Amino acid sequence: MIALSPPLDPRDRGGPLQPMLIARDLRKHFPVKGARGKSVQAVDGVSFTVRKGETLGIVGESGCGKTTLARLLLHLVVPDAGELIFDGDAVSAPDGLSVNALRRQVQMVFQDSYSSLNPRMPIRDTVAFGPFIQGRKKPEARDIARDILGKVGLDPDLFGPRYPHELSGGQKQRVNIARALATGPRMVILDEPVSALDKSVEAQVLNLLRALKRQLNLTYVFISHDLNVVRYISDRVLVMYLGRVVELGPVEAIFSYPRHPYTRALLASRPSMDPARRIDEPPITGDPPSPIDPPAGCRFHTRCPFAEPLCETASPALDLWQGPQSHIAACHMLDPNSGHSRATNA
Amino acid sequence: MPDATAPYTHPLVEVNDLHVRFVSREATVHAVNGVSFSARRGEVLCILGESGSGKTVTMRTLLRLLPRAARIEGQVLVDGRDVLAMSAKELRDLRGRFAAMVFQEPMTALDPVYTIGQQIGETVRRHTGCDRRAARARALEMLDLVRVPSAARRLDAYPHELSGGLRQRAMIAMALSCDPRLLLADEPTTALDATVQVQVLILLRRLQRELGMGMIFVTHDLGVASEIADTIAVMYAGRIVEVGPVAQVLRAPLHPYTAGLLASTVHGQPRERDIDAIRGSPPDMRRLSQGCSFAPRCPQRVAACLTMVPEPRFPSPGRMAACRAVMNSAGNGGNTPLSAP
Repeated sequence: MIALSPPLDPRDRGGPLQPMLIARDLRKHFPVKGARGKSVQAVDGVSFTVRKGETLGIVGESGCGKTTLARLLLHLVVPDAGELIFDGDAVSAPDGLSVNALRRQVQMVFQDSYSSLNPRMPIRDTVAFGPFIQGRKKPEARDIARDILGKVGLDPDLFGPRYPHELSGGQKQRVNIARALATGPRMVILDEPVSALDKSVEAQVLNLLRALKRQLNLTYVFISHDLNVVRYISDRVLVMYLGRVVELGPVEAIFSYPRHPYTRALLASRPSMDPARRIDEPPITGDPPSPIDPPAGCRFHTRCPFAEPLCETASPALDLWQGPQSHIAACHMLDPNSGHSRATNA
Repeated sequence: MPDATAPYTHPLVEVNDLHVRFVSREATVHAVNGVSFSARRGEVLCILGESGSGKTVTMRTLLRLLPRAARIEGQVLVDGRDVLAMSAKELRDLRGRFAAMVFQEPMTALDPVYTIGQQIGETVRRHTGCDRRAARARALEMLDLVRVPSAARRLDAYPHELSGGLRQRAMIAMALSCDPRLLLADEPTTALDATVQVQVLILLRRLQRELGMGMIFVTHDLGVASEIADTIAVMYAGRIVEVGPVAQVLRAPLHPYTAGLLASTVHGQPRERDIDAIRGSPPDMRRLSQGCSFAPRCPQRVAACLTMVPEPRFPSPGRMAACRAVMNSAGNGGNTPLSAP
């Protein structure tokens, strides 16, 4: 069957040029118990857009806030500040889109495929639950579940009656994808969807996600710590460090011409897959600092090989540097007027 | 016995036809099904496999760190001594002294109620019988060796006060504190962030070379194996399916499983095409088929693969593959000659 140009979704309000999602200055700090005034600055002023039909990859190390960011996008945690605009409508604003309406159009697949399924429910009921809650009649919801289980490669007659513990990791993650898709979302947030899977199964699930995206005309936000996976699946990539965006751009620009020293270090830390070209010197030393009391100024300055006194005090703005195709990076070295001694190279 | 080139009279580790089963009332899990290998002094042997392939069980058997329900058969020689015949005391003398282990999750492997210095010191005192002061000095020396910054201060830190990377360094320090000849590392970098993982890999490689230890390194990650291994042994469903020098195995895998794993590991494949994934899922270790365990997923399967476990083939020096499609080197054949992948 030849795929024709996707039919226009009746729910599409803004047209193809209106971004699917705009996040503006999102912030979430979690207070630390027993330490007055201290907080985990999980997400601290993050802005980006997700275009219709693209896959936006989000990368970063543990504690950089990528999972909190994912949850903010669905209002699973409520942001302290900032604005979310879904297809032109402000989310949870007086004349905007309600959170429930948002969740009809945006769904999430979680990392842990087991704990995100109800162990006491056969998987056909788990998948049918979303449509049922959103007002479909039971038989109708069951039909949707059958259909979608088939789409994710699980025979509904064979697997439908089974419980999560009877499935392998890859099969459970397929159920989670089916569960997310059952309500017919336009956008899916995938939070490390393949990191708990074996490599041979990971490849199958990545292929499935790509096929479903084409088939159902979806938009993805794909969160991962695995740069190779992100490079394969994303159209644009957002790099996070300690609650902030340090670089954002088209996938080839990020991987071929990374501008932020942290992005460069992350890329250089990837195993070579070639014993003749092993990494001899660590690209950066130390661990990422704690997001409680993160470093002032540029948050990367404690590990950055090029840090200067300026970096310890002034926080670089993300759009400090703008390259071709909306490639942006937050580093003083890219701003000729910053006063950083290497700034001229930019 | 894929490796017969060891220059010593006895290899550092020699395992012959090892079987490990976990027996419970409900089922018997056949975790390891006839594994044979040897590890040479001063070399890094990587055991590569996916979850449930038996790689961790194989390694833990070397120190007999298995639960009571485990039924072990076969021969396990560490430094020529039969581990399976050792008494409890002999085992305690072996563990941490001749052979030490680094675990995957430092937060659970370290004791949360003792400081790093106390834990390293305990190991030193147990094996050398020195006093507390000397043990503490040794602990400090070890933390310096694994490049823990401001080591003297970290000596009195509890595990929860350290970052993930430092905790793993502390565990490596503990493992190395009695100068073992064999270091067993079970996915020691899996729980670490990318930028920290590469630091720990470089550290382990440097220490292994400088101290001249043998190392057996268990991982599921081909990229990690390519950074640290000299020799690689690929496990699938409790059997070793391929052995060879790491560069050769990665460049020209012989076993269809190794080839499939390489193809399905995402590393710069073209974005327009699907990844060449291995079909199906890993076998149920409670109900293993009688033939080659990989046969149900294998693109090169022939009828005989489903009925008989393939004998190991030795196509070139140092290489082994347990697959009917691989030919022995000249004058050594006799089986159906299929084209090697």
